[in-house]
Amino acid sequence: MKIVVCLKQVPAKDSLLRVEAAGGWVRDSELSYEINEPDAFALEEGLRLKEKHGGEVVVACAGPARAAAAIREAMAKGADRGILVEDDAFIRADSFSTARALAAGLGGEAFDLILTGLQSDDLGFAQTGVSLAHLLGLPHATIIMQVEAQEGGLRVKRELEAGWFQHVEMPLPALLTIQSGINKVRYATLMGIKKAKTKELKRLTLAELGVTLAPRQTIRRVYVPQKTKRTELMEGTPKEAAAKLVEKLKFEARVL
Amino acid sequence: MSVLVVMEQQEGAWHKLSWEALAAGLELGRALGEPVAAAVVGEALDALETELAAQAVERVLSLRHPLLAAYTPDGYTTALEALIRETKAAWVVLPHTYQVRDFAPKLATALDCGLIPDVIGLRVEGGAPVFVRQLFQGKLNADVVFEGPPPYLVSVQAGAFRADQLQPGASPAPVERPAVALESKQIRTRPLERFQEAKRTVDLASAAIIVSVGRGIKGPENLPMMEELARALGAELGASRPVCDSGWLPLERQVGSSGQTVAPKLYLAIGISGAIQHLVGMKGSRTVAAINKDPTAPIFEVADYGIVGDLFEIVPALTAALKSSS
Repeated sequence: MKIVVCLKQVPAKDSLLRVEAAGGWVRDSELSYEINEPDAFALEEGLRLKEKHGGEVVVACAGPARAAAAIREAMAKGADRGILVEDDAFIRADSFSTARALAAGLGGEAFDLILTGLQSDDLGFAQTGVSLAHLLGLPHATIIMQVEAQEGGLRVKRELEAGWFQHVEMPLPALLTIQSGINKVRYATLMGIKKAKTKELKRLTLAELGVTLAPRQTIRRVYVPQKTKRTELMEGTPKEAAAKLVEKLKFEARVL
Repeated sequence: MSVLVVMEQQEGAWHKLSWEALAAGLELGRALGEPVAAAVVGEALDALETELAAQAVERVLSLRHPLLAAYTPDGYTTALEALIRETKAAWVVLPHTYQVRDFAPKLATALDCGLIPDVIGLRVEGGAPVFVRQLFQGKLNADVVFEGPPPYLVSVQAGAFRADQLQPGASPAPVERPAVALESKQIRTRPLERFQEAKRTVDLASAAIIVSVGRGIKGPENLPMMEELARALGAELGASRPVCDSGWLPLERQVGSSGQTVAPKLYLAIGISGAIQHLVGMKGSRTVAAINKDPTAPIFEVADYGIVGDLFEIVPALTAALKSSS
């Protein structure tokens, strides 16, 4: 099975986000980065499918130059090669632009399966995968919790709302967006990290691909949300704060 | 420049978020001075059409076809793309459900237009709508605007627009059933029956008090400390998604959009930052208290009471305080 995993590099989960003075974006020079968590699950699923059915796992990313580190990390875990469509515009580009760039970056090469996380933990538009499927003319399914190869294609388990699920059968090639928790992701081994350095990473620019970004939506301003609710904070040592909270829950909220 | 609201139904029952999407569509229509139509997609829709026609909409557009009886992204996209092109609807408003997440990006790409998902607010500035949505799992908000020619697609988040303030129309709106051109070969995926996993043994929905734990508890080795607090409160133990994804607690204890929706009299959130998928599952709770080391965590947006600090010091102190006060 020839598999592509599309991933995004996002600010690490514990990042303290500070908005630039002009409010256009967060101060990204202060941040550290990691592979978007749902994409890490998609990568793991791709590696497991390769181990079971043979083939190749290619990692594709549209991002700034620093995103190469995310691709190397994926290679250290076992991906065979990487494609980076490199441009700073992808830091806050709309999904439409990212999907166009990824479609162009795959360069007409035929793949059996494209996997990506269901959404990014930074912008969270949750569109790139589905949009890419449409651009490539592929059937898709989203929020996938299980992937099984079967005669003529795939049988996948889609997560629905409120604890419901559904199996969907589909032909290959296809695109799936993967839900967090579908598997247990592996760590890179020392050997893997060493090997990753020699694996092929193809860097492409938008100019080389002949792609002009025409965003369909723009983030005009980012800001810390105004609190609409006043949270009463309990001050003091842990013991004092705990005692105050019990007091409030008992005599003010009357829920104990 | 009309507004079209696409309602969601499943086997003849409305998805309740549809009404919130309708409220958002009507608000947008009022702000822009444009008429609002509502669409429904499926096969047997008589009762739903009548119910929808009673709303203050200009008309009801009902897309009926045997191949639309079960949801598929190919079927829905084909039918809605044709409808949006024919009606020249400029603004298309959808509920941000799992189903909409599955097909709306495809619909937008087919229409070569933008989709602003998961919107929590809107306002019109200089004749152009500005949409508010969350970034970084609720830590920041963003004002987002569309670029290029219409149509423009928007999906609305649960709890952002008031469905309870919908007013019926003066007279029933006309119901139109545009012809749907759809062939079975256009539908490439085959959906099977919907199902639930093995029957739940934990019913969080009926718990009076829930102690819910998040990634902040660091690992399963710290669960006994949380369980002791839950016992002192007579509470059920709940969890956020990452805790269940990591296998620290079973999936049946998950609170949020993909887990259970709860409304206890007391919800105590420990080490939960409060991503929106979690908040939608618990914000109906009567009283919310939160313990978190980050004072800017979104959980404090819904908390009545809070303690900012190290949960590993606060939780044992709280358990001790409860034991000594009872």
